[in-house]
Amino acid sequence: MSGVEGYMYPNEVTLYWSVLIVLYPFITGLVAGAFILASLERVFRVEAVKPTYRLALLTALAFLLVAPLPLILHLGHPFRSPEMYFTPHSTSAMAMFGYVYMWYLMAVLVFEIWLDYRREIVLWSQQSKGLMRTIYKIMALGSSNIGERSLHIDDKVGWIVTLIGIPSAFLLHGYVGFIFGSLKANPWWSSPLMPVVFIFSAMVSGIAAVMLLYMAVTKLRKQAIDMRCVDTIAMYMFYIFIIDFSLEMLDLVHRVYEADESFRTLNFMVHTKLYFSQIVLQIFVGTLVPLILLFITQMVKLPEIARKRIYVLSGSLILISVFAMRWNVVIGGQLFSKSFIGYTTYKMALVTREGLLVAIGLTILPLFFLWALVKLLPPWPDKDLHEAAAGD
Amino acid sequence: MSGLKDAGHLFRFAGLFVLAFLVFLVVRAYVVPKSFGEYGHYRGAAIGEIAAHPVKFAGRQTCETCHTDIADIKAKGAHAHVNCEACHGALAAHADDPMSVTPVKPDSAVLCARCHTASAAKPASFPQVDPAEHSGGAPCVTCHNPHSPIIGSDFTANAAKGGAK
Ligand code: HEC
Ligand code: HEC
Ligand code: HEC
Ligand code: HEC
Repeated sequence: MSGVEGYMYPNEVTLYWSVLIVLYPFITGLVAGAFILASLERVFRVEAVKPTYRLALLTALAFLLVAPLPLILHLGHPFRSPEMYFTPHSTSAMAMFGYVYMWYLMAVLVFEIWLDYRREIVLWSQQSKGLMRTIYKIMALGSSNIGERSLHIDDKVGWIVTLIGIPSAFLLHGYVGFIFGSLKANPWWSSPLMPVVFIFSAMVSGIAAVMLLYMAVTKLRKQAIDMRCVDTIAMYMFYIFIIDFSLEMLDLVHRVYEADESFRTLNFMVHTKLYFSQIVLQIFVGTLVPLILLFITQMVKLPEIARKRIYVLSGSLILISVFAMRWNVVIGGQLFSKSFIGYTTYKMALVTREGLLVAIGLTILPLFFLWALVKLLPPWPDKDLHEAAAGD
Repeated sequence: MSGLKDAGHLFRFAGLFVLAFLVFLVVRAYVVPKSFGEYGHYRGAAIGEIAAHPVKFAGRQTCETCHTDIADIKAKGAHAHVNCEACHGALAAHADDPMSVTPVKPDSAVLCARCHTASAAKPASFPQVDPAEHSGGAPCVTCHNPHSPIIGSDFTANAAKGGAK
């Protein structure tokens, strides 16, 4: 059989979890990470990252809206997906996740964004025209109370929502790690560290994504990048990345030391089939290089332009690294035989329902959603509105 | 009181949630089949519906009532424990009305390879061949009798052995 070395059980030859299943944890990871960045400002009062607060929330929402699409495309039968809600299956982690998703989407993200934008929404509903006016009117839910007291209440409630949102974000992404980590049949996945590693890599990737988006959007708007903000983000990204890397190394050391019956097989796989994506991309290019670069920015006082370039480079490398990590987990876990004496190959199709083009499309789609959200709810202070509000 | 008034918009938002939840409940009551959950996490009525499907397999005993000759050969051969319909496919329609439903003879080059192609996943004791090498593309029935496949243990030999017992 082509692509098979050694012996595979018949049901192991083709990979069922395709590149879309790689994309799914990557996207939910960005959501969780972006939200954690937003909560830095809101709950932990890191004022420096404020310029990215709203952008981070909108990014989280844009990516969360796309998150179920890879799963639905993978499973087919989109019309069956609501049945997960209609007939809840309490002993299936995958089925219960529908509720976690809905909770996170509506009770956390949408609610928090609405609270945070309410003042502007009300003002826009009074000052814009035509269709937009109607949309803002609907979004204001017919209440135009933006008195000081009611905004104060919003702030308090928003704080609580963010507080609840942090464990929810952990739940959202920890679940993805949990699904893999709890599969005892697969030694590549089965590890209680899996959810933790997933969460930390999610945070790093989400923070990197929002940082890059902030820099790109600010450039596009021909505004000056707030260096204090970007420096602080990079610092947090650096620290969390160190934790993430240490956890992954801990997992590795544990596997090497434990050296159970699967070890030789997995070790061989890492040195052959996964060599490029794991050793080269994930660990060297995607982890060690950005860690060293970020370390330099923390140690040496570099000029602004150099810092910017380093941040963009390491942010992009981190995204590649985290994607490679998802790839190595999802695809890697299906490449070896449970007999431990054979390996198969993943052949990615190009234009099929689960092919490369669809994967690329799904990666770009959230950016369109984000663009629409930014048009609807501009995350930066609206100067015209301020004047009008003052005139009120 | 004024505190409540200033939080009025929050109640509107909450109301939206309640509304959405009510819509969900209504839709749910409408789309979830009545018998769902009767016995478990599935539609209870499905059992009756499946039971009402027409039977497709007749079963070995039924075939043997008419094809006694083949049943005798087979009973003494290596395929004694392989069911007729494992090779011939579901034939209840033929068993009910043999004159109007004539089964097609299975293509042995495909059929036999399905069970006998060598694979490491099969127990070593199971007879396996590499079909291309073993038969060179010729249908397996040119040399083997499908109902008593060991060569040399043909019809007469088997019958004689059986008779001697
Ligand atoms: C009621 C009696 C009866 C039963 C029960 C019966 N058959 Fe037949 N079968 C016949 C008759 C009669 C013929 C010949 C019909 C013809 O040639 O058109 C036949 C023909 C066949 C043929 C085709 C022979 C040829 O020369 O092409 C096959 C194969 C066959 N039966 C298999 C089966 C199997 C398998 C079963 C059990 C599921 C079965 N039969 C049950 C009476 C029966
Ligand atoms: C191992 C697979 C296999 C099993 C089990 C099997 N058959 Fe067959 N049978 C065949 C094949 C293959 C042919 C076609 C032979 C040919 O092409 O000449 C066939 C042919 C027949 C024929 C056509 C007449 C003939 O002798 O060629 C009849 C009737 C028949 N089988 C009935 C039965 C009955 C009844 C049983 C169960 C008692 C049974 N078969 C079990 C594979 C099988
Ligand atoms: C449904 C699966 C199945 C199909 C189809 C099948 N066989 Fe078999 N065959 C068996 C089983 C089971 C045995 C008995 C193995 C044992 O005794 O352990 C067997 C035994 C044999 C043996 C005896 C080997 C030995 O030395 O003991 C031969 C020869 C054979 N089959 C040839 C054939 C041929 C030729 C065909 C096609 C007409 C065929 N088989 C189709 C399942 C199948
Ligand atoms: C040219 C004649 C011929 C053809 C065609 C043929 N066989 Fe055989 N086959 C034999 C002979 C002779 C033996 C017994 C020799 C032996 O036991 O090694 C045998 C033995 C077998 C055995 C038993 C092997 C074992 O290890 O006990 C199987 C199974 C078998 N054949 C399956 C098939 C299948 C499947 C096909 C069709 C793809 C096929 N044969 C076609 C001649 C043939």
